[in-house]
Amino acid sequence: MRNHVIRRILQALVVLWAAFTLSFVILYLLPGDAVLAKLGGGEGAQTVTREQLQQAREAYGLNDPWPVQYGKRLLAALHGDFGTSIATGDSAAHQVLSALPPTLAVTGLGLALAVLFGGGVALLGTYTRFRWLNNLLLSLPSLGTALPVFWVGLVLIQIFSFRLRVLPALGNHGVQSLVLPAITLALPTGAVIGQVLAKSLRTQLAEPYIEIVMAKGASRARVHFGHALRNAAMPALTLVGVVSGQLLAGSVVTETVFSREGIGRVTASAVSLQDIPVVQAVIVLAAFFFVTINLLVDLLYPLLDPRTRNREAARG
Amino acid sequence: MIAVHHSTIRKVLPVGAAVLLATACSSAATTGADAGPPRSGGTLTLAVGSNPDCLDPQQVGTNAALNVGRQLVDSLTDQDSATGEIKPWLAESWETNATSTSFTFHLRSGATFSDGTPVDAPAVKTSFDGIKALGAKSLLGSGYLAAYTGSTVLDPRTVRLDFSAPSAQFLQASSTMSLGVLAPAAYRKTPDQRCQGDGLIGSGPFVFESFKQNSELVIAKRKGYAWGSSLWKHQGEAYLDKIDYKIVPEPGVRTGSLLSGQLDATTEVQPVDEAQFQGNGFTESTRPNPGVVFNLTANVTRGVLADEKVRQAVGKGVNRQEVTETVLSPNYKPATSILASTTPLYTNLSAQLAYDPAGAAALLDGDGWVPGPDGIRTKGGQRLGAKVVFAAAFNQSQSVLELIQQQLRKVGFDLAIELHTTAETLQIQQSGAYDFLWYNVTRADPDILRNQFSAKAGNRSHLPAGTPLDTALDQQAATADSAARKPGAEQAQQLIVDHAYAIPVFELTQVVASSSRAHGVSFEASSRLQLFDAWVS
Repeated sequence: MRNHVIRRILQALVVLWAAFTLSFVILYLLPGDAVLAKLGGGEGAQTVTREQLQQAREAYGLNDPWPVQYGKRLLAALHGDFGTSIATGDSAAHQVLSALPPTLAVTGLGLALAVLFGGGVALLGTYTRFRWLNNLLLSLPSLGTALPVFWVGLVLIQIFSFRLRVLPALGNHGVQSLVLPAITLALPTGAVIGQVLAKSLRTQLAEPYIEIVMAKGASRARVHFGHALRNAAMPALTLVGVVSGQLLAGSVVTETVFSREGIGRVTASAVSLQDIPVVQAVIVLAAFFFVTINLLVDLLYPLLDPRTRNREAARG
Repeated sequence: MIAVHHSTIRKVLPVGAAVLLATACSSAATTGADAGPPRSGGTLTLAVGSNPDCLDPQQVGTNAALNVGRQLVDSLTDQDSATGEIKPWLAESWETNATSTSFTFHLRSGATFSDGTPVDAPAVKTSFDGIKALGAKSLLGSGYLAAYTGSTVLDPRTVRLDFSAPSAQFLQASSTMSLGVLAPAAYRKTPDQRCQGDGLIGSGPFVFESFKQNSELVIAKRKGYAWGSSLWKHQGEAYLDKIDYKIVPEPGVRTGSLLSGQLDATTEVQPVDEAQFQGNGFTESTRPNPGVVFNLTANVTRGVLADEKVRQAVGKGVNRQEVTETVLSPNYKPATSILASTTPLYTNLSAQLAYDPAGAAALLDGDGWVPGPDGIRTKGGQRLGAKVVFAAAFNQSQSVLELIQQQLRKVGFDLAIELHTTAETLQIQQSGAYDFLWYNVTRADPDILRNQFSAKAGNRSHLPAGTPLDTALDQQAATADSAARKPGAEQAQQLIVDHAYAIPVFELTQVVASSSRAHGVSFEASSRLQLFDAWVS
């Protein structure tokens, strides 16, 4: 078990380094650079001179050859310093970390709603004996995955903010500003969770052990929620690890639609401005989360499934 | 939770009331003008479309940031948006030497920065030296101060600024927020810190309060402010206690939020949304941006554009009226010169810029261009066509160019449209690897033509040195006296249009919509927001 954890942590470090390096390479290879993007986006784009561009590149260290730039950045990053944002002048790490709490609030609530919605639909859809309800519930997830996040957000704003005027369309103020963005994120994510859980529930319910449990006189609810769900939850749990990453990606869209402060907006603008320090800080952070969540999911398996526990024990 | 509910209701009610009022007396125009005398207090909630990444007006170049920065700093002078004249602000009076290389400003007394230090001659010197020291970080300012050599404090209230070359444009530049004055203490912070609002100490009617990146930015009234521009409608402190800028990138959300009472006003109203704010208790404020209008600047060294007759035919083949009527809105004006009508020393050349497809065909026929089987003209195997490079800085650019493409096809010219990122577009502009460049520049001074077209400056048309255009551009730059600049400025516009170095199309226009609660949201001479006289009821 301990060896397993150490191995996973080493893997995680390699993933972090690869994310750091790849983000640098991609942004470096893109046509243009941060200075062109910064100056090109404003009113000064038409009046800037070649000398000014050179001077600005010099000031931001963009004239150095790429191995020097990469080396400097990597060395600083190892000390936790991702550099200064070229667009805002703020430290990249500060910019990213201060944008994190509002994003975590929305994605956290979104994930909770997604599990509730996806899990609820899958359980009810497979449990109910009414065929029509069964069909209706189980067709919801496919509908949910087909809806673009952007569109869902705008429709929700239109109904609940502009028409009914019960929730704000924009901003970061208070709990009520979390509701619409979280639902927007939860719908497609919950749909995926629902799809996978429903499918594996049906697979489990068709397994021979279910008949044995039933023959032993267990109630239908006990069979469904006690036995089948426990086994069916494994693929859905793996999925939660994956969708956490999707939720972060979805926040780019929800934060834009709902005019919220957060990692998504920081990322979108940093990428479009080729602001390498900020992009790298975001990517390393995202990789860190991804790796951590998957590590946790990995460590949760043995608790749910004795077979993996025994296998680990035999290996470790 | 209960408090939260209340604030939603409070925000919704005024608009509900306004809608009722508008239905009750549908013929009465409920505009801001009927709202009675201005009152002090309250917060104006105003949407902008993009994040002002940096807040220091001396460093920034985007509209979003300039619209904030204008409220935080005072300038030496102010520019009358109606006449283009330069008027007193921090400086009561000024003199210019005959060659426009030396400007002496006499400062008013009593003005202070928000840290309590006086706005005196040494502070002005520190500020201008500070902008010069920013170099390329002050994108607009370093252009205005390109020939600035230094300042001399003559007495505590008199300062002289010297330039190494005639800089008639500087007087107008001294009225912009880019050359707004910051306190000496500001320069003890780094430029990056000032960007974040740390040490951003101005003498303006508002002070920086808080900034949540990509979400909202709040500025608050400066208590005791009493040195407003001579052009403002009232003196003393600003009316508004606070201005809450909401950063809302989605145009549909800006529109819906204003309609549903979650905002008091929004900038960047899209042409398709404008009709919703005409009447119903809403008002629109509009102003064309001064400076170079949106145009197709030709690189005269490239392909068929080297032929002046071809360029002139393109100019005649563009139906500007159709562009503003179909793709834009009645708030946008067809170009009547290379300069917008709000630019000082603009001259009306609408006769030369009339839609004339027959004239275009005659020019091309006479020049030997014969219509081919696909309708595009050819001459000696060469196809009549060119590429236009543009960035999506203005949302409607793509639609406008597609319409121009159709219009030019009718005269047998094949216009190819190439969308690039802003970074790539700037790179292409610098390298000169373009046929046509599609852009506009905001500047309330005709010197922007020298900046763009002089062979000694930007030279976007890639003209040889020593053309009559250069002579005219140098002439208008040589003296600060408006009457003396006039012939050169007018001649330059005439030459650019006659030789079709650039094909003017339409005037970019700022459109701001306000609810019945917001009043006096207005523009200064460069069409940026000036919110000193704004108030909420």
